[in-house]
Amino acid sequence: MVPVFFVYFSVVSILAGILTVALRNPVHCGLALLALLLHVAGLFVLLNAEFLFAVQVIVYAGAILVLYLFVLMLLNLKSEERYLHTKYAVLLFAGVAICGELVLLVLRSPFAGARGDAPSSAILKDGDSYAVGIKMFSEYLLPFEIVGVFLLGAIIGAIVLAKTPTAADAEGE
Amino acid sequence: MTTVPLAAYVAVSAILFATGLIGVLIRRNFIIVLMAVEIMLNAANINLVAFSHYLESMAGQIVALFVIAIAAGEAAVGLAIIIVVFRGKISTNVDEMNLLKW
Repeated sequence: MVPVFFVYFSVVSILAGILTVALRNPVHCGLALLALLLHVAGLFVLLNAEFLFAVQVIVYAGAILVLYLFVLMLLNLKSEERYLHTKYAVLLFAGVAICGELVLLVLRSPFAGARGDAPSSAILKDGDSYAVGIKMFSEYLLPFEIVGVFLLGAIIGAIVLAKTPTAADAEGE
Repeated sequence: MTTVPLAAYVAVSAILFATGLIGVLIRRNFIIVLMAVEIMLNAANINLVAFSHYLESMAGQIVALFVIAIAAGEAAVGLAIIIVVFRGKISTNVDEMNLLKW
Protein backbone atom coordinates (compact mmCIF):
# COMPACT_ATOMS: atom_id res chain seq x y z
CA MET A 1 0.00 0.00 0.00
CA VAL A 2 2.79 2.47 0.85
CA PRO A 3 4.25 2.65 -2.70
CA VAL A 4 0.76 3.30 -4.14
CA PHE A 5 0.18 6.20 -1.75
CA PHE A 6 3.71 7.46 -2.35
CA VAL A 7 3.15 7.58 -6.12
CA TYR A 8 -0.24 9.29 -5.66
CA PHE A 9 1.02 11.95 -3.21
CA SER A 10 4.20 12.68 -5.13
CA VAL A 11 2.57 12.85 -8.59
CA VAL A 12 -0.25 15.11 -7.36
CA SER A 13 2.13 17.36 -5.42
CA ILE A 14 4.39 17.80 -8.46
CA LEU A 15 1.38 18.53 -10.70
CA ALA A 16 0.03 21.02 -8.17
CA GLY A 17 3.46 22.66 -7.97
CA ILE A 18 3.56 23.06 -11.74
CA LEU A 19 0.01 24.49 -11.72
CA THR A 20 0.96 26.94 -8.95
CA VAL A 21 3.74 28.27 -11.14
CA ALA A 22 1.85 28.14 -14.45
CA LEU A 23 -1.72 29.33 -13.79
CA ARG A 24 -2.67 32.87 -14.77
CA ASN A 25 -5.14 33.84 -12.04
CA PRO A 26 -3.38 34.37 -8.65
CA VAL A 27 -6.33 32.90 -6.70
CA HIS A 28 -6.13 29.68 -8.74
CA CYS A 29 -2.39 29.60 -8.00
CA GLY A 30 -3.21 29.84 -4.28
CA LEU A 31 -5.64 26.93 -4.51
CA ALA A 32 -3.08 24.82 -6.41
CA LEU A 33 -0.59 25.64 -3.63
CA LEU A 34 -3.17 24.39 -1.11
CA ALA A 35 -3.37 21.05 -2.97
CA LEU A 36 0.43 20.86 -2.98
CA LEU A 37 0.66 21.51 0.77
CA LEU A 38 -1.95 18.87 1.64
CA HIS A 39 -0.27 16.22 -0.52
CA VAL A 40 3.14 17.01 0.95
CA ALA A 41 1.48 16.51 4.35
CA GLY A 42 0.43 13.06 3.07
CA LEU A 43 4.07 12.30 2.24
CA PHE A 44 4.95 13.21 5.85
CA VAL A 45 2.50 10.57 7.11
CA LEU A 46 4.20 7.95 4.94
CA LEU A 47 7.50 8.94 6.59
CA ASN A 48 6.19 8.39 10.16
CA ALA A 49 6.10 12.13 10.89
CA GLU A 50 2.51 12.54 12.11
CA PHE A 51 3.32 15.63 14.18
CA LEU A 52 4.75 17.39 11.14
CA PHE A 53 1.66 16.31 9.19
CA ALA A 54 -0.55 18.10 11.71
CA VAL A 55 1.71 21.16 11.78
CA GLN A 56 1.77 21.27 7.97
CA VAL A 57 -2.02 21.17 7.75
CA ILE A 58 -2.65 23.66 10.57
CA VAL A 59 0.16 26.15 10.04
CA TYR A 60 0.78 25.95 6.29
CA ALA A 61 -2.62 25.13 4.84
CA GLY A 62 -4.53 26.79 7.67
CA ALA A 63 -2.59 29.94 8.48
CA ILE A 64 -0.01 30.83 5.84
CA LEU A 65 -2.24 30.04 2.86
CA VAL A 66 -5.15 31.99 4.37
CA LEU A 67 -2.75 34.93 4.77
CA TYR A 68 -1.84 34.69 1.07
CA LEU A 69 -5.48 34.46 -0.05
CA PHE A 70 -6.42 37.32 2.31
CA VAL A 71 -3.80 39.60 0.76
CA LEU A 72 -4.87 38.51 -2.75
CA MET A 73 -8.48 39.43 -1.99
CA LEU A 74 -7.43 42.67 -0.28
CA LEU A 75 -5.36 43.89 -3.21
CA ASN A 76 -8.03 42.97 -5.80
CA LEU A 77 -5.52 42.24 -8.57
CA LYS A 78 -6.51 42.03 -12.18
CA SER A 79 -5.04 39.03 -13.98
CA GLU A 80 -2.46 40.51 -16.25
CA GLU A 81 -2.15 39.98 -19.96
CA ARG A 82 1.57 39.20 -19.76
CA TYR A 83 2.05 37.31 -16.56
CA LEU A 84 5.41 35.73 -17.39
CA HIS A 85 8.83 37.32 -17.55
CA THR A 86 9.87 38.52 -21.04
CA LYS A 87 12.81 36.08 -21.23
CA TYR A 88 10.87 33.19 -19.73
CA ALA A 89 11.92 30.63 -22.38
CA VAL A 90 15.62 30.92 -21.44
CA LEU A 91 14.85 30.83 -17.71
CA LEU A 92 12.51 27.83 -18.17
CA PHE A 93 15.23 25.97 -20.06
CA ALA A 94 17.79 26.76 -17.33
CA GLY A 95 15.36 25.59 -14.64
CA VAL A 96 14.55 22.33 -16.43
CA ALA A 97 18.26 21.70 -16.98
CA ILE A 98 18.97 22.24 -13.26
CA CYS A 99 16.06 19.92 -12.42
CA GLY A 100 17.33 17.17 -14.72
CA GLU A 101 20.83 17.42 -13.34
CA LEU A 102 19.59 17.31 -9.74
CA VAL A 103 17.45 14.22 -10.39
CA LEU A 104 20.31 12.46 -12.19
CA LEU A 105 22.67 13.18 -9.30
CA VAL A 106 20.10 12.11 -6.71
CA LEU A 107 19.30 8.81 -8.41
CA ARG A 108 23.00 7.91 -8.67
CA SER A 109 23.87 8.67 -5.03
CA PRO A 110 24.10 5.82 -2.50
CA PHE A 111 22.85 7.91 0.50
CA ALA A 112 24.58 5.91 3.19
CA GLY A 113 25.27 7.63 6.46
CA ALA A 114 25.65 7.25 10.19
CA ARG A 115 22.41 5.99 11.76
CA GLY A 116 20.82 8.06 14.51
CA ASP A 117 19.23 6.90 17.75
CA ALA A 118 15.56 7.04 16.70
CA PRO A 119 14.52 3.99 14.65
CA SER A 120 10.87 3.71 13.57
CA SER A 121 10.08 1.15 16.26
CA ALA A 122 11.25 3.51 19.03
CA ILE A 123 9.22 6.41 17.58
CA LEU A 124 6.08 4.32 17.13
CA LYS A 125 6.20 3.08 20.75
CA ASP A 126 5.24 6.46 22.28
CA GLY A 127 4.15 8.29 19.15
CA ASP A 128 5.86 10.85 16.96
CA SER A 129 4.67 13.90 18.93
CA TYR A 130 6.28 12.49 22.08
CA ALA A 131 9.58 11.86 20.30
CA VAL A 132 9.60 15.35 18.71
CA GLY A 133 8.69 17.00 22.03
CA ILE A 134 11.37 15.24 24.05
CA LYS A 135 14.02 16.05 21.45
CA MET A 136 12.93 19.65 20.93
CA PHE A 137 12.84 20.60 24.61
CA SER A 138 16.12 18.90 25.50
CA GLU A 139 18.68 19.09 22.74
CA TYR A 140 17.11 21.82 20.59
CA LEU A 141 15.88 24.16 23.34
CA LEU A 142 18.10 27.11 22.35
CA PRO A 143 17.15 27.02 18.64
CA PHE A 144 13.51 26.76 19.75
CA GLU A 145 13.83 29.95 21.83
CA ILE A 146 15.64 31.70 18.97
CA VAL A 147 12.78 30.79 16.61
CA GLY A 148 10.37 32.30 19.16
CA VAL A 149 12.29 35.59 19.20
CA PHE A 150 12.50 35.47 15.39
CA LEU A 151 8.72 35.11 15.10
CA LEU A 152 8.23 38.05 17.49
CA GLY A 153 10.54 40.12 15.29
CA ALA A 154 8.63 39.06 12.17
CA ILE A 155 5.29 40.06 13.76
CA ILE A 156 6.62 43.49 14.78
CA GLY A 157 8.20 43.97 11.36
CA ALA A 158 5.00 43.07 9.53
CA ILE A 159 2.90 45.42 11.70
CA VAL A 160 5.34 48.32 11.31
CA LEU A 161 5.56 47.82 7.54
CA ALA A 162 1.86 47.44 6.85
CA LYS A 163 0.65 50.17 9.24
CA THR A 164 -1.43 52.85 7.54
CA PRO A 165 0.49 56.16 7.71
CA THR A 166 -1.35 58.62 9.96
CA ALA A 167 -1.24 62.41 10.13
CA ALA A 168 1.10 62.25 13.13
CA ASP A 169 3.61 60.25 11.08
CA ALA A 170 3.52 62.79 8.28
CA GLU A 171 4.26 65.63 10.75
CA GLY A 172 7.20 63.71 12.17
CA GLU A 173 8.84 63.50 8.75
CA MET B 1 5.82 -5.18 2.38
CA THR B 2 7.77 -3.33 -0.28
CA THR B 3 9.29 -0.05 0.76
CA VAL B 4 9.91 3.12 -1.17
CA PRO B 5 13.62 3.89 -1.61
CA LEU B 6 15.05 7.08 -0.14
CA ALA B 7 16.18 8.21 -3.59
CA ALA B 8 12.51 8.40 -4.72
CA TYR B 9 11.66 10.91 -1.96
CA VAL B 10 14.79 12.94 -2.70
CA ALA B 11 13.96 12.92 -6.43
CA VAL B 12 10.42 14.22 -5.73
CA SER B 13 11.92 16.90 -3.53
CA ALA B 14 14.43 17.87 -6.26
CA ILE B 15 11.66 18.16 -8.87
CA LEU B 16 9.52 20.31 -6.55
CA PHE B 17 12.52 22.50 -5.73
CA ALA B 18 13.22 23.04 -9.43
CA THR B 19 9.52 23.88 -9.99
CA GLY B 20 9.73 26.53 -7.28
CA LEU B 21 12.97 27.86 -8.73
CA ILE B 22 11.41 28.17 -12.20
CA GLY B 23 8.43 29.92 -10.60
CA VAL B 24 10.67 32.49 -8.90
CA LEU B 25 12.48 33.11 -12.18
CA ILE B 26 9.63 33.36 -14.69
CA ARG B 27 6.64 34.90 -12.85
CA ARG B 28 6.19 38.66 -12.70
CA ASN B 29 3.62 38.82 -9.88
CA PHE B 30 5.33 39.25 -6.49
CA ILE B 31 2.71 37.18 -4.63
CA ILE B 32 3.22 34.20 -6.96
CA VAL B 33 6.99 34.56 -6.49
CA LEU B 34 6.45 34.22 -2.72
CA MET B 35 4.25 31.15 -3.33
CA ALA B 36 7.07 29.63 -5.40
CA VAL B 37 9.43 30.24 -2.46
CA GLU B 38 6.95 28.29 -0.30
CA ILE B 39 7.16 25.41 -2.81
CA MET B 40 10.95 25.40 -2.43
CA LEU B 41 10.69 25.40 1.38
CA ASN B 42 8.29 22.44 1.16
CA ALA B 43 10.73 20.56 -1.07
CA ALA B 44 13.44 21.12 1.55
CA ASN B 45 11.04 19.83 4.22
CA ILE B 46 10.35 16.60 2.31
CA ASN B 47 14.10 16.09 2.04
CA LEU B 48 14.67 16.68 5.76
CA VAL B 49 11.86 14.36 6.87
CA ALA B 50 12.86 11.62 4.39
CA PHE B 51 16.44 11.60 5.66
CA SER B 52 15.18 11.73 9.22
CA HIS B 53 13.12 8.58 8.59
CA TYR B 54 15.71 6.60 6.65
CA LEU B 55 18.72 7.53 8.82
CA GLU B 56 16.69 7.03 12.03
CA SER B 57 17.36 10.43 13.58
CA MET B 58 14.88 12.98 14.97
CA ALA B 59 17.03 15.97 13.97
CA GLY B 60 15.49 16.22 10.50
CA GLN B 61 11.94 16.54 11.83
CA ILE B 62 12.96 19.22 14.34
CA VAL B 63 14.70 21.27 11.65
CA ALA B 64 11.65 20.83 9.38
CA LEU B 65 9.52 22.38 12.16
CA PHE B 66 11.92 25.34 12.35
CA VAL B 67 11.68 25.68 8.54
CA ILE B 68 7.88 25.90 8.83
CA ALA B 69 8.20 28.61 11.51
CA ILE B 70 10.61 30.59 9.33
CA ALA B 71 8.27 30.18 6.33
CA ALA B 72 5.49 31.73 8.43
CA GLY B 73 7.70 34.71 9.30
CA GLU B 74 8.79 35.09 5.68
CA ALA B 75 5.17 35.04 4.47
CA ALA B 76 4.08 37.67 7.02
CA VAL B 77 6.92 40.11 6.25
CA GLY B 78 6.79 39.48 2.49
CA LEU B 79 3.04 40.13 2.31
CA ALA B 80 3.44 43.28 4.44
CA ILE B 81 6.04 44.52 1.94
CA ILE B 82 3.63 43.74 -0.93
CA ILE B 83 0.91 45.80 0.78
CA VAL B 84 3.27 48.77 1.23
CA VAL B 85 4.46 48.59 -2.39
CA PHE B 86 0.91 48.20 -3.69
CA ARG B 87 -0.21 51.24 -1.70
CA GLY B 88 2.50 53.38 -3.33
CA LYS B 89 2.49 52.09 -6.90
CA ILE B 90 -0.67 50.01 -7.57
CA SER B 91 1.44 47.21 -9.00
CA THR B 92 2.79 43.90 -7.77
CA ASN B 93 5.07 43.37 -10.75
CA VAL B 94 8.60 42.50 -9.60
CA ASP B 95 10.15 44.14 -12.68
CA GLU B 96 8.73 47.53 -11.68
CA MET B 97 10.07 47.35 -8.12
CA ASN B 98 13.49 48.78 -8.77
CA LEU B 99 13.74 51.47 -6.09
CA LEU B 100 14.59 51.06 -2.42
CA LYS B 101 12.62 54.19 -1.52
CA TRP B 102 10.16 56.49 -3.22
